[in-house]
Amino acid sequence: MSSREVVLSVRDLCIEFKTDDGVVRAADGITYDVYANETLGIVGESGSGKSVMSMAILGLLPRSAKITGSVKYRGTELLGLKEDELRTYRGNKIAMVFQDALAALNPTHKVGDQIAEAIRVHHPEVSRQQLHDRTIELLEVVGIPEPKRRVDQYPHEFSGGMRQRAMIAMSIVNEPDVLIADEPTTALDVTIQAQVLEVFERIQDRTNSSVMLITHDLGVVAGVSDRVMVMYAGRQVELGTVDDVFYRPSHPYTQGLLASLPRVDGSKAGERLHRIKGQPPSLIFLPPGCAFTPRCPHARVGVCDSGRPELHEVGAGHASACFLADEIATSVGVG
Amino acid sequence: MTSLTPTTTSTPDEGDRQLVLGAEPVARTQWQLFRRRFFRHKLAMFGLFILVVLVVCCFGARWIAPYKNVPDLLADPAGPSGKHLLGVDLVGKDFLTANLYAGQISLKIGIFVSIISTIVGTATGAVAGYLGKASDQLLMRLTDLFLLLPPLAVLAIALQKFGQSEFAIVLVLAGLGWMGIARIVRGLVLSLKEKEFVEAARAIGCSRTRIVMRHIVPNLVGPIMVNASLAVAGAIIAESTLSFLGFGISPPKSSWGKLLADGKETIATKAYLIYFPGLFIIITTLAVNFLGDGLRDAFDPQAKH
Repeated sequence: MSSREVVLSVRDLCIEFKTDDGVVRAADGITYDVYANETLGIVGESGSGKSVMSMAILGLLPRSAKITGSVKYRGTELLGLKEDELRTYRGNKIAMVFQDALAALNPTHKVGDQIAEAIRVHHPEVSRQQLHDRTIELLEVVGIPEPKRRVDQYPHEFSGGMRQRAMIAMSIVNEPDVLIADEPTTALDVTIQAQVLEVFERIQDRTNSSVMLITHDLGVVAGVSDRVMVMYAGRQVELGTVDDVFYRPSHPYTQGLLASLPRVDGSKAGERLHRIKGQPPSLIFLPPGCAFTPRCPHARVGVCDSGRPELHEVGAGHASACFLADEIATSVGVG
Repeated sequence: MTSLTPTTTSTPDEGDRQLVLGAEPVARTQWQLFRRRFFRHKLAMFGLFILVVLVVCCFGARWIAPYKNVPDLLADPAGPSGKHLLGVDLVGKDFLTANLYAGQISLKIGIFVSIISTIVGTATGAVAGYLGKASDQLLMRLTDLFLLLPPLAVLAIALQKFGQSEFAIVLVLAGLGWMGIARIVRGLVLSLKEKEFVEAARAIGCSRTRIVMRHIVPNLVGPIMVNASLAVAGAIIAESTLSFLGFGISPPKSSWGKLLADGKETIATKAYLIYFPGLFIIITTLAVNFLGDGLRDAFDPQAKH
């Protein structure tokens, strides 16, 4: 794994917001690499910092956000770049797919024009005819029927799934190296979700881009990701290949998440669904030590509440931020 | 890879496709959609028709008016009759003729005040909203200041000073009429710049200017047009009020408000001198409001057509 080309390298990324109640640390010490042509699934519940982290990479956060650490795209530091310099990366090298395509598409412009705009911004020399042809081709790639007609329609004339696909088309126009998809399927029903995920796979085959798939749906992650990063309360708790994380989860939070999934094979028929006790902590008043301690079934006084657990290797390319990772790793598993 | 585009009958998109094919909708541009919705809006069409008739009649008064717009000292004031549809006024003019000529001034003032105040207001509001911070504070406090001014008193004093020409009246009315649209535009820009599509535009690498021009301004056209049309009505009424109080247009020129003012002395005996100019004002403002309603509906990109 380590021999593969690193496209995006995030080191110790911290994002803080000042609020009236105190400082919210939305992301805390996030460190990971995105390799070429891989899909990295980023899982976590609402408020765990997934989206904020992805926005920080593209410099889309408001100025009030305090961002420290390092985000390097192929060796170039992105944090602290001027807006004009960042623009050359946005949508060109690193592109983003938003969750709510209806909100992310401008209601006053034709879908085709909006897709074309993403090309035009970076390649002003492209002719209108070329733009038009390329747009139609892209709509076809993402599986929109009758692209010739659809290209001249407005977002409100598209169905939800088609809008999301148009959104994806818009993000891949310049064949970016990294595609950040922020909950791209959350607003869609399961059938459309499957189609949209299939579009991602198809695109990846075509353009060799890496995809950062942000979601809270473990099923989606298991289906399409190569590696998974699990986040909790703004921190990474586990990072590894899909197989490692799903079959050898080494953090109690991951274990809890996996155990709470409903099973269709009947092995737990008649039982109540497992749940993780308690609520996610407030990001302003995090518990000392491991943020998961209050909810953790394995928590040990004197260990888990003293000092913050760092992400450490528990196997090749598999890391966990649990003091007791080695003990609990084998105790639970899925499958 | 492109061959994966759904073309076979088994794809889940089939239902979608057939439905669309059955309906055979034609792709329409924003402008076509707008026109379609606007021309189907009955009330707006009615308003537009009335306005066109009014504008044609007033500005074509030289050819259309039944009499010359000059006093006739031999003619006695009289109520409406077959010969003088709206009667004869105190100086012996045919009152319909007088109203048509007065309408020229009233409509001109309405239209120009609307154009100027819309431009000033939009620019102020857009800059305040998009730049935010200090510029926002400064421009909005300035707006508040203008809103605090007692309009009639300021108008009266300003017109005394600058003379009661049409030009001065337009400038003064516009100077006191841009705050509403400025506040509306600022509010819209504030909310629009937080919209996800603006974020999405940033995410594809659009520059600031491009975001404002292509993503924010087109979303403002509807509200601005609606407001501009309503401003016409507002200006006509404001001018009437001014004239009625004696600060408006000075003779020999006349406006509907001026006619109202002239008629108020004889309200007990010759009420028609009040009714007809009043009617013209009411009809015009109603027509303009209908038009504004139609524009609002037609500009809404999400409206069903």
